[in-house]
Amino acid sequence: MAAKPVGMEVSIAVSEAVMLCDADVVAAYPITPQTHIVEHLSELVADGKLDAAYIPVESEQSAMSSCIGSSAAGARTFTATSSQGLALMNEMLYRAPVLRTPVVMVIANRALSAPINIWNDHSDIMSVRDAGWVALFAENGQESLDMTILSFRIAEDPRVSLPLSLNIDGFTLSHFIEPILLPTREEVRAFLPPFRPIVKLDIADPISIGLLGTPESYTEARKATDDALTASKQVVSEAFAEFKKHFGREYRVVESYRAEDAETILVMMGSIAETAMTAVDEMRDRGEKVGIVRLRLWRPFPVEEFKAAVRHAKNLAVIDRHMVLGVPDGPVALEVKSFLYADEVRPNISNYVLGLGGRDVTRDDFWHITERAKQPGAGQRPRYELVGVME
Amino acid sequence: MAKQIDALMKVRDLPVGFTAKPGSTLEFKTGDWRSMRPKLDRGKCSYCGFCYIYCPDGVYQDMGKDEKYYKPDLDYCKGCGVCAQECPKHCIEMVLEEV
Repeated sequence: MAAKPVGMEVSIAVSEAVMLCDADVVAAYPITPQTHIVEHLSELVADGKLDAAYIPVESEQSAMSSCIGSSAAGARTFTATSSQGLALMNEMLYRAPVLRTPVVMVIANRALSAPINIWNDHSDIMSVRDAGWVALFAENGQESLDMTILSFRIAEDPRVSLPLSLNIDGFTLSHFIEPILLPTREEVRAFLPPFRPIVKLDIADPISIGLLGTPESYTEARKATDDALTASKQVVSEAFAEFKKHFGREYRVVESYRAEDAETILVMMGSIAETAMTAVDEMRDRGEKVGIVRLRLWRPFPVEEFKAAVRHAKNLAVIDRHMVLGVPDGPVALEVKSFLYADEVRPNISNYVLGLGGRDVTRDDFWHITERAKQPGAGQRPRYELVGVME
Repeated sequence: MAKQIDALMKVRDLPVGFTAKPGSTLEFKTGDWRSMRPKLDRGKCSYCGFCYIYCPDGVYQDMGKDEKYYKPDLDYCKGCGVCAQECPKHCIEMVLEEV
């Protein structure tokens, strides 16, 4: 491992990680704010630093089609996209899990149009949350690099063999220069075994993939995929433990910050947790018993780990970066509420939507949310609070 | 392996990745989807091959220069009627499939 961190744009760090993982195929279409990732990969391939086929496709639908094909042919496959690009992939995204093709995709999260907006929120990933992909969220630059390496290991594990999306906040992560510890190729190779596909297109033993599933088999094919996705959680945890042995950095499917004795827990995903930690430190200095529970793993939802992390809290403030139009809760809050519904003792759960389309999320927002979450009747509010909306 | 296409299967018996051996569609006899069946009047047939070319499922077989007509494989013909529509000699009639 490099002794000293180097200053590096997070997008470049992600591309370097893909190179260190010896990806065989990169098929991608550039879209802001993912562009630097695929531009740099294209350079690495052109310069001979990454021995891979770089396929400059004509659309994201083609990108994902190519990725599924190359993964089925046994190639370690990577792509990256954002927002409208992810939306254009939609049809193919639902196929990869059932075909058990472990494509790794980094999503530089960006708002969906309309109005057209290039900035960060989570509406892109939430629009495909049911597609059957493993989904991870990174918080900072080092995590983005580490999770890229982990993504290949998790997705390609024969017990998983599912596509995986690694979500990094657009601009907030993708375009920031952060101190990065860059592992060596040898260190990554020692951690990441060669890709040995469980479903493979092979001339010597031909198979057909992408078949028709009639009413007699569709249900069972979907169930088989759900079983595989649900079972992948164990492999994710094992991969995190193994990563710690190799690189010293420890990750969990659900992360907690000063939450052990917290009366109010802020629930969130992604890079805003960095700002939230600063706010929590300030509030703790004033005697406020507040902490953070952050979902690193979004799919499969780590229900048991999440419940264990929030069990003791009086108030849960669930923060969403996406609005589910026509429904009174954001996507994370909807799920958290449903998981806790059957519990005899459950916290007061209130929901806050903020940081849409690149709107800044500040320390003051977390102070405000903590105050609101403690108010009597916070758990009975009929809908989410849209923090900072000008009405 | 191809049985998954139209037979009930348990989750644990499905091939991983929902795959099949190549050519398994041959085992998927779609003829029973048919409600109308093409009936050929060989006296009017000019052996032009339009039915063979237009058939979206490729079920027409060339019976050769001696027989001089094309015959649909009723194991796979879905009864769509494209052949009857396109036949320039109007020698194909779609008749009700009697069970």
